[in-house]
Amino acid sequence: MPVNFAPSSVEYLRFLAEIILIAAGTLLMVLDVILRKQSRDIYGHISILALSAAMAAAVLAYSSPGPAFSDMLVVDGFATFFRVLVIGVGILTVLSSYSFLQREGAETGEYHALLLFSIAGQCVMVSAGELIMIFIGLEISSISSYVLAGYLRDDKRANEAALKYFLLGSFATAFFLYGVAVVYGMTGSTYLTAIHTVLSGGPAAPAPVFIGVALALMFVGLAFKVSGAPFQIWAPDVYQGAPTPVSAFLTTGPKAAAFAVFLRIFMTAFEPIARDWYPLVWGSALLSMTIGNFAALTQSNIKRLLGYSSIAHAGYVLVAVSAHSHIGTAAAMFYLVAYAFMNIGAFAVVSHLSGKGERFLSVDDFAGLGVRQPGTAALLSIFLLSLIGVPLTGGFFGKFYIFKAALDAHLVWLTVLGLLNSAVAAYYYLRILVAMYMREPGEATSELEPLSLGLRAALVIPALGTLFLGIFPTWVLDFAGKSSMLTR
Amino acid sequence: MNLLDIVLAIPLLGFLVLLLVPRAAEGAMRATALGFSLVAFAVSLGLAVQYETIRPGGQFITDIVWIASPNIHYHVSLDGLSLWLLILTTLLTPICILISWRSIRIRIKEFFAFMLLLEFGLTGVFAAQDLFLFYVFWEVSLVPMYFLIGIWGHERRIYAALKFFLYTFAASVLMLTAIIYVYNHAGTFNYADILAHLASGKLHFNPSQQMMLFLAFFLAFAVKVPIFPLHTWLPDAHVEAPTAGSVMLASVMLKMGTYGLVRFCLPMFPGAARACAPWIVVLAIIGIVYGALVAMVQPNMKKLVAYSSVSHLGFVVLGIFSFTQIGMDGAVYQMLNHGISTGALFVLVGYLDERRHSLVIADYRGVAAPAPWLSTVFMIAMLASIGLPLLNNFVGEFLVLQGSAQTNFLHWTVPASIGVILSACYMLWLYQRVFYGETPDEVRRHVFDLQPREWAAIVPLIAMMVWMGVYSQSFLPAVRKTTAHILDQTLVNVQIRVQAPAAPIFRAATVRERSHAR
Repeated sequence: MPVNFAPSSVEYLRFLAEIILIAAGTLLMVLDVILRKQSRDIYGHISILALSAAMAAAVLAYSSPGPAFSDMLVVDGFATFFRVLVIGVGILTVLSSYSFLQREGAETGEYHALLLFSIAGQCVMVSAGELIMIFIGLEISSISSYVLAGYLRDDKRANEAALKYFLLGSFATAFFLYGVAVVYGMTGSTYLTAIHTVLSGGPAAPAPVFIGVALALMFVGLAFKVSGAPFQIWAPDVYQGAPTPVSAFLTTGPKAAAFAVFLRIFMTAFEPIARDWYPLVWGSALLSMTIGNFAALTQSNIKRLLGYSSIAHAGYVLVAVSAHSHIGTAAAMFYLVAYAFMNIGAFAVVSHLSGKGERFLSVDDFAGLGVRQPGTAALLSIFLLSLIGVPLTGGFFGKFYIFKAALDAHLVWLTVLGLLNSAVAAYYYLRILVAMYMREPGEATSELEPLSLGLRAALVIPALGTLFLGIFPTWVLDFAGKSSMLTR
Repeated sequence: MNLLDIVLAIPLLGFLVLLLVPRAAEGAMRATALGFSLVAFAVSLGLAVQYETIRPGGQFITDIVWIASPNIHYHVSLDGLSLWLLILTTLLTPICILISWRSIRIRIKEFFAFMLLLEFGLTGVFAAQDLFLFYVFWEVSLVPMYFLIGIWGHERRIYAALKFFLYTFAASVLMLTAIIYVYNHAGTFNYADILAHLASGKLHFNPSQQMMLFLAFFLAFAVKVPIFPLHTWLPDAHVEAPTAGSVMLASVMLKMGTYGLVRFCLPMFPGAARACAPWIVVLAIIGIVYGALVAMVQPNMKKLVAYSSVSHLGFVVLGIFSFTQIGMDGAVYQMLNHGISTGALFVLVGYLDERRHSLVIADYRGVAAPAPWLSTVFMIAMLASIGLPLLNNFVGEFLVLQGSAQTNFLHWTVPASIGVILSACYMLWLYQRVFYGETPDEVRRHVFDLQPREWAAIVPLIAMMVWMGVYSQSFLPAVRKTTAHILDQTLVNVQIRVQAPAAPIFRAATVRERSHAR
């Protein structure tokens, strides 16, 4: 069979977003050497330009959907959806990083380069149609993330976070890779569609035991990446220790990409045996929600609190995954967008409030924010109400849609327990609202500077997004629904 | 866009406009809030004028697609049940804004913005005909009330606000589960369609499904009513809330619960509702007697009125679950009565608190001497609350007791009547302790008579008490048309669902009652 190894131009177009990001990242590293410390903000500006161009390229690529590089990449609606999401997360992260990096006096060139590489890795992850490509994307994304988590190298907590993240993350990736190896051994292919065909039955179907082993190994690796229980131990430490904009990034971008991979592998390659794996995800979903929410109840550090809440939200998305249906996939996609908006927004306020050296991170430090900066407080209220799941916000509609999918799949108990969990969660988010509006201003809010332009954008855009998703969800929902039919 | 849409839009518009008013312009903020709420009230009166009493179904219908898939509509309409509750809301909002004119001194902008947002949520709850939309309004009304209690409340406001929010939220997520479950079976959130599907047998829940769904809805409503033993958030929330918050909470928000019972629980799950009626009524009667007894020993006026609400709402639940035409009419009428008379009592207690800065009964004595008009008005409100003939509560309580007597005189009506007697005890005793006797210096120095603005806030309520007590025919025909329709629905559905042998007898009884009522 003759094989044409030279990629066609349309294949390059489908890979254009990644090319732009990698090129811009490399450019930043070179510029860092040339410009030294002359202008710090320029790196941020270049990143935003590159990310905007990449987003345009991702949208453009969807105009001619299809595979690229002998089916290693698949540009479909699903991939485009997640590409736009992770690139959008990147833009918001850069916007909220300007004042943070300036305040902490940190190097900006490498920071942005790493960010771009990480996003490029995530773009590869979400559009990969083949396990090795997924692994490569995962590694590109993860390694940059490990460095970003420890970016403030003089900070003890950041070091701890980076080390923990690196060690446990590598371990989890190894699990994943081992699972890939077993799958390849059984099915003779790393292509998701080919695996789907083999597992669909027929004479070549491998023994269930081996499939189970492979599936469990890959589940461990991916559950770690999305911080799903019982592999969530690292998450609070890392999210607490990492620089605040990086925490915002880690809880949204890489996590969304990991969920995309999760969905793509489990809903294409392992789709024929969905009845066997969904109890596993069911259990993980329930555990994640319960552990996340109940642990968050007693936290006083806001970043740790949001870290635990991030575990709980991963649990909600796992509920959608365990519904193993198209509606479930669409619900997960919708929720990840809503979560990205509200969580980045919330972290941006934390970053704004924490002050130099991140001194003010207690929930009590929010005291009086409603008096000192009513605008900031109002925006944070929107994010918190969305995290609680109050109607007219994206968080509510996302939850509604997830639990609708779960009930469609007859997961009645998971739905009831999940929704009760969200009532528990209301308590710890309300504590922040209580501090903001119902207590007298403290030290943190007294010496608060006005919002910088970047932060203002990083707050207003997610707030508008949250409300938009809550009031007019149709647009995103339609696209998610259309692209939840994954290429098999 | 019909009148109802306009009534719903005005508070939201007011909320948005208020956000744009500069923070320094305090007078402008108050005026804006009052202006919008008055316009909303005026337009809602138009609804009452245009409403056609003879038609039982929804009127002023608007039904447009909000979200295409899942199929969610902005679908609102009014019938005899929701019409008066909606007008009660639009009437009380300007009154609450008036009484907060001076007493709210911090964060004025947020306060009045939240008042209008609350009005938006509450009017929406009563108008929504789409289950999803109903849930949205239900939760939207929760948020402003949480802030009203938490920011402008008294000492233990934070605890009360949290408790209020968490109780309601936890109970309502179960309702959300049930709503989604119904949607997945019916394929629509449109309430009228769901009922039609149930009646035609296209949609069918087996008894255990029906029971679970009923309980999920019931729990959300029972917390809101509140039905004993889920009432513990109420005294805290009422006492800690600012006066306007207490008024809205007692007068309108509690009715969300009883409204939900009548609107959703009975027609959708009639079999389960009938099966549960005996123990729900027992809880209601416990609430009536327990609420009254606890009210009697309260040292705090606001808490006393709060517990009297538990008692009064017990009557409403008793009326609903008597499954008789008269009982149901009485229950709906009693919802309105309680809104007017307890609202007035909270307003008046708020007036006293503004003067003497205390809610403790022992701090007052002989208020009648320095403030004769205040005392007179309080007396009327108190007598209305007790259920004196010619004032509004008498009509409602009478109908409820008569309805319950038709079902079970000995075990339902007799103990419930004790509640009426007890309410006279605690109210009269309160009045005696606060208004009669020697006036101490403290009271004489601080307590003065009603101001024009205060008159303006209380007179409409007093007028309504008399009107509703003397000429209930202005309100009851519209109510009766709708409750009869709802009772019919519970019968139709039961017959098809469980083939209850008793159903034809029920039907005959209902027809007889209705001919009596005419």
